[in-house]
Amino acid sequence: MLTYIIRRLLAMPFLLLGVASLAFCLSHLTQADPLAALVSERQMNNPEVIAAAKERWGLDKSLPEQFVIYVTNLVSGDLGVSFRTRRPVLTDISERLPATLELVIAAMIVGTSSGILLGIVAARFRDKPIDYLARFFALFGSTIPVFWSGLLLLYILSVQFSLIPGPGRFDPRGQPPPFVTGMYTVDALIAGDFRGFLTALHYLVLPAFVLGWSVTGILARLVRASMLDVLGQDYILAARAKGAGERRTLFRHALPNAMIPTLTIIGYSFAYLITGAVLTESVFAWPGIGSYAVDSARTLDYPAIIGVSLVGASAFLLSNLVTDVTYAFANPRIKLS
Amino acid sequence: MTSDKPLLEVVDLRVSLNRGVDVVRGVSFNVHAKKVVSIVGESGSGKSMTVRAVMGLPPPLASLSGSIKLNGEELVGASERRLRRLRGSKIGMIFQDPMTALNPVIRVGDLIAEAVRLHNPRMSAKQAMQRAIELLETVAVPQPDVRVRQYSHEFSGGMRQRVMIAMAIANNPDVLIADEPTTALDVTVQAQIIEVLSNLRQMFPVGLVLITHDLGIVAGVADTVVVMYAGKVVETGPVRAIFRGSRHPYTRGLLSCLPSIEQKAGKLVPIPGNPPSLSARPSGCPFRPRCPMARDICSTEEPELRTVDDIETACHFAEELRTFDTSAFQTTAGSA
Repeated sequence: MLTYIIRRLLAMPFLLLGVASLAFCLSHLTQADPLAALVSERQMNNPEVIAAAKERWGLDKSLPEQFVIYVTNLVSGDLGVSFRTRRPVLTDISERLPATLELVIAAMIVGTSSGILLGIVAARFRDKPIDYLARFFALFGSTIPVFWSGLLLLYILSVQFSLIPGPGRFDPRGQPPPFVTGMYTVDALIAGDFRGFLTALHYLVLPAFVLGWSVTGILARLVRASMLDVLGQDYILAARAKGAGERRTLFRHALPNAMIPTLTIIGYSFAYLITGAVLTESVFAWPGIGSYAVDSARTLDYPAIIGVSLVGASAFLLSNLVTDVTYAFANPRIKLS
Repeated sequence: MTSDKPLLEVVDLRVSLNRGVDVVRGVSFNVHAKKVVSIVGESGSGKSMTVRAVMGLPPPLASLSGSIKLNGEELVGASERRLRRLRGSKIGMIFQDPMTALNPVIRVGDLIAEAVRLHNPRMSAKQAMQRAIELLETVAVPQPDVRVRQYSHEFSGGMRQRVMIAMAIANNPDVLIADEPTTALDVTVQAQIIEVLSNLRQMFPVGLVLITHDLGIVAGVADTVVVMYAGKVVETGPVRAIFRGSRHPYTRGLLSCLPSIEQKAGKLVPIPGNPPSLSARPSGCPFRPRCPMARDICSTEEPELRTVDDIETACHFAEELRTFDTSAFQTTAGSA
């Protein structure tokens, strides 16, 4: 098991290097000119300024040369400097990523717990009103676009009833907790600032719910189908035949089996949301990695694009590894080697 | 037949599914301590539904009527709470396919210990595990102290069925139901499993209900045979009487499907046709369309069980069958 994990971790840098190369090539295939982001429009006709900018950003070198320089820097942990923000990409990402992580983790907690619960309830009361209600709620979650449900809920809960603060991560009049992890809720707890924690949580609740709802939708339907399949198995009848009650049959005998296929989707959803939470981030003015990715792509900011690609790829690689390991724990028929 | 009170008394049991399909239509039989009752019949004859009703585990929305008495206690209409207490303690069940009847994500020892502790809540986990090891020993699983820590996929088919048996007898039940316990196993393993089941009677006074397709097993271990067809008992009696002088053409047909050394090869006679579907049962005797003896009365009147010699049988022509030759099946086989 341990050797398996180590082997997977060792393979990761090579995979990431591949991803970086691919992202490098793809972003250079586009016809647009990154100089547009570097040089003001008025200066675009000034050959001296253009040449200086090119030299300054290394764009005067040939593509293969640029690539070699980029990869060499990458190996030493340097992701380059963003054309747009003029700051190291690593700094940008390390500021943006914790915000997204906080949002996605909260959304996953909301989404998985409610999704699994709804799925169990729907399967247990199959074709009863509560099943239809659960399925309706789940279908809503997986079909309604975030920019619509987010804006609507924001309007109702924040504007109309003032139950929830507006967009953003923290009270603009207040001071966010000192930086440790970058996740405000966690940092506030570390600093022992309980009120800060509540404030951060208050801002987090709605975007986490909106983002988590889509996960709820997928998971509820998956868990329901998988529970129904498991509940029809002989070992469930065998559990009942030895006198197991309803709750024990459901949670001890059925659920662990039904969770096996669900684990894959949970891992995938997590990785997907790291870069896929853009819409939620923009609706709630959440300064995360998703909106950073979109802004970078819009200005053809190569270093930032590749940096974000690497973050997304790492999220997938790590979550796949975690999924595979939990899978082996959940399913004794699987041995990692 | 023993004269002592039966452990399990099933009287006129009826099961209908919610679509209004009657799958069990008035089944009666008794199970006595240390005796084996064998229920025989083709797929769809209502055998499995009968025993699921006895376990109190009918399919959802099915309705039951009639009477099922376990040690004199009525189970039809009993509360789920009461039934749950009886299941696994007074009445146990073994399933057809040991590949699918053991939970793949729970260790075998935990499965057996759970069966113990569900009915002995004061027992410690350690004691229950000790009991699980003993139980595996009882059903002759080698190295039980190692095996309890394994999962079902690490067991062979025969060993899994032994685990099933250990689970079902964890609390020395009065009645043990085995639903085709050998059908999914290799022939060589089948005999071992039957032996394990049969030997249980020497350890505690259990009454066995053995559902099977295999008439060889019936002849070997059963005391009483119950032959079911289309949701009804068509013939029942002591095993010897049935094998020597069955008074029902269906039972005769089943018996002539059985290969024997005396018969020459090629004389194995199948019963023509298929069992009737549940929703389109023929009028009169349900076996009529496949019966070589069928006459007019068979299409209008469904025969009831009546006593002929030592046997209860449901055929209008039971008396004639004394001399009936099963080779008659062959002549109709072509026309069916």
